[in-house]
Amino acid sequence: MEITILQAIGYSILGFAIVFAALIILWGIIAITAKVLGAVVTKKPAEAPAAAAPAAAAPSAPPAPGSAGEVKLFDVPDKQAAMLMAIVADKMQKPLNELRFKSIKEVK
Amino acid sequence: MSEIKDILLNLWTDSGFSLLGQDWRQIVMIAIACVLLYLGIVKKFEPLLLVGIAFGALLTNLPGGGMYHPELWDGIIAHTSGYGDVLLNGGLLDIMYIGVKAGVYPSLIFMGVGAMTDFGPLMANPKSLLLGSAAQLGVYMAFILAVLLGFTGNEAASIGIIGGADGPTAIFLTSKLAPHLLGAIAIAAYSYMALIPLIQPPIMRLLTTEKERKIKMEQLRPVSKAEKIVFPIVVTIFVILLLPSTAPLIGCLMLGNLFRECGVTDRLSDTAQNALMNIVTIFLSLSVGATTVADRFLAPETIKVIILGLTAFAFSTAGGLILGKIMCAATGGKINPLIGSAGVSAVPMAARVSQVEGQKANPSNFLLMHAMGPNVAGVIGSAVAAGFLLAVFG
Repeated sequence: MEITILQAIGYSILGFAIVFAALIILWGIIAITAKVLGAVVTKKPAEAPAAAAPAAAAPSAPPAPGSAGEVKLFDVPDKQAAMLMAIVADKMQKPLNELRFKSIKEVK
Repeated sequence: MSEIKDILLNLWTDSGFSLLGQDWRQIVMIAIACVLLYLGIVKKFEPLLLVGIAFGALLTNLPGGGMYHPELWDGIIAHTSGYGDVLLNGGLLDIMYIGVKAGVYPSLIFMGVGAMTDFGPLMANPKSLLLGSAAQLGVYMAFILAVLLGFTGNEAASIGIIGGADGPTAIFLTSKLAPHLLGAIAIAAYSYMALIPLIQPPIMRLLTTEKERKIKMEQLRPVSKAEKIVFPIVVTIFVILLLPSTAPLIGCLMLGNLFRECGVTDRLSDTAQNALMNIVTIFLSLSVGATTVADRFLAPETIKVIILGLTAFAFSTAGGLILGKIMCAATGGKINPLIGSAGVSAVPMAARVSQVEGQKANPSNFLLMHAMGPNVAGVIGSAVAAGFLLAVFG
């Protein structure tokens, strides 16, 4: 398709304007989506504490000897536990902070 | 004795060595293929693609091999033959090229790109979309210049899209609009993408002040998982409804991203990112390289394409930087204009260049994540630009 230079300039202005218009509308859509989803997400935690309250009243079990944070360690030194958690995270290809370890126990 | 002589003579006349002397351009193309192999292997210019493209160029220019027949594809363009003829009479590279011509490989590459891309920085700062749009300036400037240099509208559109700095998009559009320029455009696009760390910094320093380059940007907000899942679905619906011709590219890009983000298709995401991407890259690069047949590639148009491609990259970089400067002024110095140049797509190379230049001006400056926003916006922007050109000239 042969075109003149004037047509080329016209197509370019139109094309450039369409790219801008499309991405500006996309900006609006992303902003609205973020607002809507943000509202839904903030609503949920507001409801959650009410349900969680009775559970908090229950006496928590005494931590097992050697526990570090939430992880209960049974006959496992801290260093070894850290190494085990790192290996598991590596094998699962998940960041360590996304995994929850409940307890580590040496099988004898 | 004469029988042996005849056999030897036949072997000689059938051999590539005797055919090679008939057209000097094939020797030049073999040399060019070797230079491209050197650039890919030794200089590491986009090696995953350039090595395949260069080897395809080598195979197609070794006479007698019959791996690629451009005349078969002339018939397809003129609608006098179909893919059945290619399967019946074509060589190995002809058959592989069907995937390029049908737009299958660029779309599958886009699926892999989508699976590898985190659109989080873009969602955290959607203003980046403006920079991704402005960095399409080179597409249209090169388009106008190409028309000035005597190219047809279809050819000019294919040359212009080099400015999008997006290989699959350039191949997708060129295979539809000007397939005879595919080899030159693909080589120009991938070579310049590899040269981004050399092309962009002088333009960045020319168009920005030291004070602007030193600007530190605020940390981006965290983006929720739900937003990341909804994003590809929303973009697919909106962009394809707006420009249906972008469906193969945007559809595959966003499907790949949905595989990555939805959390229930990890295996598919992994396949799209690795195995599928690698297989398609081999097919795509070899078949694109095959189009560099000597008597078609060694033409003045190729030199023009190479020059226009560089112009397109320069204008795209400038476009992003200029809007970056405007946004910097409008926000009272909250945006570092260096992130604008990342809007040229070429993920993540262009964002890395912004980071490096920002750190040169201010060692405590970390622009990478901020530059990733315009960078991925550029991918969408170049697909939209290609969709527009396809709608006009397709």
